[in-house]
Amino acid sequence: MVQSSQAAEGLASIPALLQRNATQFASKMAYREKEYGIWQCWTWAETEKEIEALALGFINLGIKEGDFVAVIGRNRPHFYWSMVAAQSVGAIPVPLYQDAAAEEMAYVMDHCGARFAIVEDQEQVDKLIEIQDDLHQFEHMIYVDPRGLRKYDHHKLHTFTGIQEQGRAAYWEFIEDLKARREKLTYDSICVMLYTSGTTGKPKGVVLSNRNIIEASKSSAEFDNLNKDDEVLAYLPMAWVGDFIFSIGQAYWTGFCVNCPESADTMQTDLREIGPTYYFAPPRVFETQLTNVMIRMEDAGRFKKWLFDHFMAHARKVGPAILDGKPVGGWDRFKYALGNMFVYGPLKDTLGFGNVRVGYTAGEAIGPEIFEFYRSLGINLKQLYGQTEASVFITVQPDGEVRNDTVGVPAPGVEIRIDESGEVFYRSAGTFEYYYKNEESTKKTKDPEGWVATGDAGFFEEGTGHLRIIDRAKDVGKMADGRMFAPKYVENKLKFFPNILEAVVFGNQREQCTAFINIDLTAVGNWAERNNIGYASYQELAGHPRVLETIKEHVEEVNRSLAEDPMLAHCQVHRFLVLHKELDADDGEMTRTRKVRRGVIAEKFEDLLGALYDGSGEIYTTTEVTYEDGRKGSISATLQIVDAKVVPVEAPGKVAAE
Amino acid sequence: MLDASEGYTTEDGRKIGGVVMEMKNITLRFGGVVAIKDISFDIREGEIRAIIGPNGAGKSSMLNVISGFYNPQEGQVFYKGDLRPPMKPYQVARQGIARTFQNIALFDGMSVLDNIMTGRIRQMEAGLFAQAIWKGKAEREEVENREAVEKIIDFLEIQHIRKTPVGRLPYGLKKRVELARALAAEPSILLLDEPMAGMNVEEKEDMSRFILDVNDEFGTTIALIEHDMGVVMDLSDRVVVMDYGKKIGDGTPDEVRSNQAVIDAYLGVAHD
Repeated sequence: MVQSSQAAEGLASIPALLQRNATQFASKMAYREKEYGIWQCWTWAETEKEIEALALGFINLGIKEGDFVAVIGRNRPHFYWSMVAAQSVGAIPVPLYQDAAAEEMAYVMDHCGARFAIVEDQEQVDKLIEIQDDLHQFEHMIYVDPRGLRKYDHHKLHTFTGIQEQGRAAYWEFIEDLKARREKLTYDSICVMLYTSGTTGKPKGVVLSNRNIIEASKSSAEFDNLNKDDEVLAYLPMAWVGDFIFSIGQAYWTGFCVNCPESADTMQTDLREIGPTYYFAPPRVFETQLTNVMIRMEDAGRFKKWLFDHFMAHARKVGPAILDGKPVGGWDRFKYALGNMFVYGPLKDTLGFGNVRVGYTAGEAIGPEIFEFYRSLGINLKQLYGQTEASVFITVQPDGEVRNDTVGVPAPGVEIRIDESGEVFYRSAGTFEYYYKNEESTKKTKDPEGWVATGDAGFFEEGTGHLRIIDRAKDVGKMADGRMFAPKYVENKLKFFPNILEAVVFGNQREQCTAFINIDLTAVGNWAERNNIGYASYQELAGHPRVLETIKEHVEEVNRSLAEDPMLAHCQVHRFLVLHKELDADDGEMTRTRKVRRGVIAEKFEDLLGALYDGSGEIYTTTEVTYEDGRKGSISATLQIVDAKVVPVEAPGKVAAE
Repeated sequence: MLDASEGYTTEDGRKIGGVVMEMKNITLRFGGVVAIKDISFDIREGEIRAIIGPNGAGKSSMLNVISGFYNPQEGQVFYKGDLRPPMKPYQVARQGIARTFQNIALFDGMSVLDNIMTGRIRQMEAGLFAQAIWKGKAEREEVENREAVEKIIDFLEIQHIRKTPVGRLPYGLKKRVELARALAAEPSILLLDEPMAGMNVEEKEDMSRFILDVNDEFGTTIALIEHDMGVVMDLSDRVVVMDYGKKIGDGTPDEVRSNQAVIDAYLGVAHD
């Protein structure tokens, strides 16, 4: 085993790393946040003071060792400080998804038994007040943005700055206590508890120790040569393990600067202003950006469009090879450099990727064409495969060995094995401790030797040693004739089209495959505008005959491409419909990290699924929807069911009749 | 005459102060047309005061009287206890009264930020020459005012359109920018002319939230005209109801709601 049981140089916790950074990198920027139109900055030394004041305030408020402290808000330095301050006083931070509805929050708050919560604004305060009566252990709430909260009862409600001031005032009273608590932290202390998004069932609380986080951060930082001069933009949900590793784990290990955007809507501008050197995003973000670029190019003048198309074609041809350092002819290099000057460079700058040295995509499979687009621009985008339970890293792609169909080689310090059924197992220093209050699941997932089941099916490619993930092990099924059914693979092919936002493919235990499709309102809306097609809502646009026609063409193109793959030719989509509503996490159809919940969808739209298989041409349906504020309503629509052409394939699996 | 010392407490516990503006027997005529006939009411410090009524009731005329754009033929306007002589609109603005318009009146070609900066005109004193060379006082003023404007941008959550030309914005956002510009003047009375007109339910809810927050956060006295009864009843502390230029009701939303004259004006009565 490569697990080191003792931390190097006594740096056994995040608060210990903070102390080191505050002396070693005292005047270097640790955090920036854009507020009031200006990037407000904090050096490591200032950060340490802020966190210390907050931690003292926490002690003053009565936070004890072992308490759970919920953190609910968008990426702001205050919440990162809160997490480290909570660790400093021996408590366990539990970041939650801030867009979760009140009852989802109630489950998690009750499950971990948090006594304290640090929240962003009135919206979150209201949610917690709503569920407070059912939370017996819940006591105090601390908020950052005072707006609209003036009239609230402040017995158990505190301002963030107020807590810091109280902490500073009580410095001499509690500083010894704080130091003692901080020193008690070891490599085995709990660093953070993160709830899994739960594609199936209730979320599980994944307990990660300091060892998990620090070891994972350390080895991954070394793998990509991350250093104190790197810049990241923190915009992913704080409740997600990825953000914790990048914005706390790696940031505290290497000392790089974490930049927080002004608001969710200004992300793109802020990205451009900061120009991060290290960037991380789920495939969806890259898809959206590519869609936006394509939409804008559609609107551009003819010469610009020609220039773009011409140079992008060249980039696709030689860009990835140049990035990987493979031999490329002199003329091609020259032309690429020219393209870089006129097209790729300005485009990268607009996207905010001008300085990116290392970029990662993970969470879901990325469409190969999307991946290639960014690589061909010269952006070093790589894939990694990870899980909350692994402190992110299971496999990563080393520089120069990047491919779109694999997820790379085992990350440093990670052992991987694949069992007979094809499921991937791993073991590493980052492997989680246990699921909180859920021994049964812990046992099921993690065996006594430390091997953890990923729930994904995959195999190692011969020769290269790269891991290829086929699908979620439980999603991979069999069609009625016994051939393999891999829905994700087909869905990803569909989702590559900018017009298709989401797709859910069915076919398990069935004769043929069918699909539900969500159109992308931005892309299709732009197309509608250019073609003078009026529409009032998503629903109306989704049901437009010409939209259905376009989607049908896309589906048929996917069918043609599937037909070329002997393994999956039978997974062609025979019939599909465009859903009358967008799949939404508020309705439970997706997880907060935007993965589709296949089971929930099949159950909820049972009537639609039935219609896909009984040959009917249209169906009337009513669906309940939940609005952002938790109110419910319903929408109804008559949906057209479209038959798509399939390419006939011989069924090689026809084993001697009968 | 004015009981400026007296105040009241609202249902949600806000303290409302004394009278800041009083309209006494206002009559406004355009030639032979009587737009407002003998109307009196007051606006108290810190309250949200609504003026409602059916189309053509004289609401906008009333607002224009308050803002000093129209001078009534009869009646007096008292502002902070003093009788207000006929004034030019810019003089009224100097007194601390800011407004938004029913038909948005922004500079379409300028960015959101610049539009809101124009609301700070009262706070800028540096002369043309100083502004041009941008040294000393002019520079200092610009920084101070930009900071104040940024706080308003943050407050109204329009950071993402800071540099966008106003002409490119959708209607709901333009309304919000107009509110921002009015707020930038740090008014003691804010006049809103149909802030919710032409908005969908969601935009109306957002706007209501902002109006309440402005009142709560800055203690700004707000007088608003609105068409949509539901919104007004939720928002305001006291409501004046007008119909055909006359005042037919005045009181808390509950009182107004049960007032027969108001019900008749809104639902209509059978004329024999």
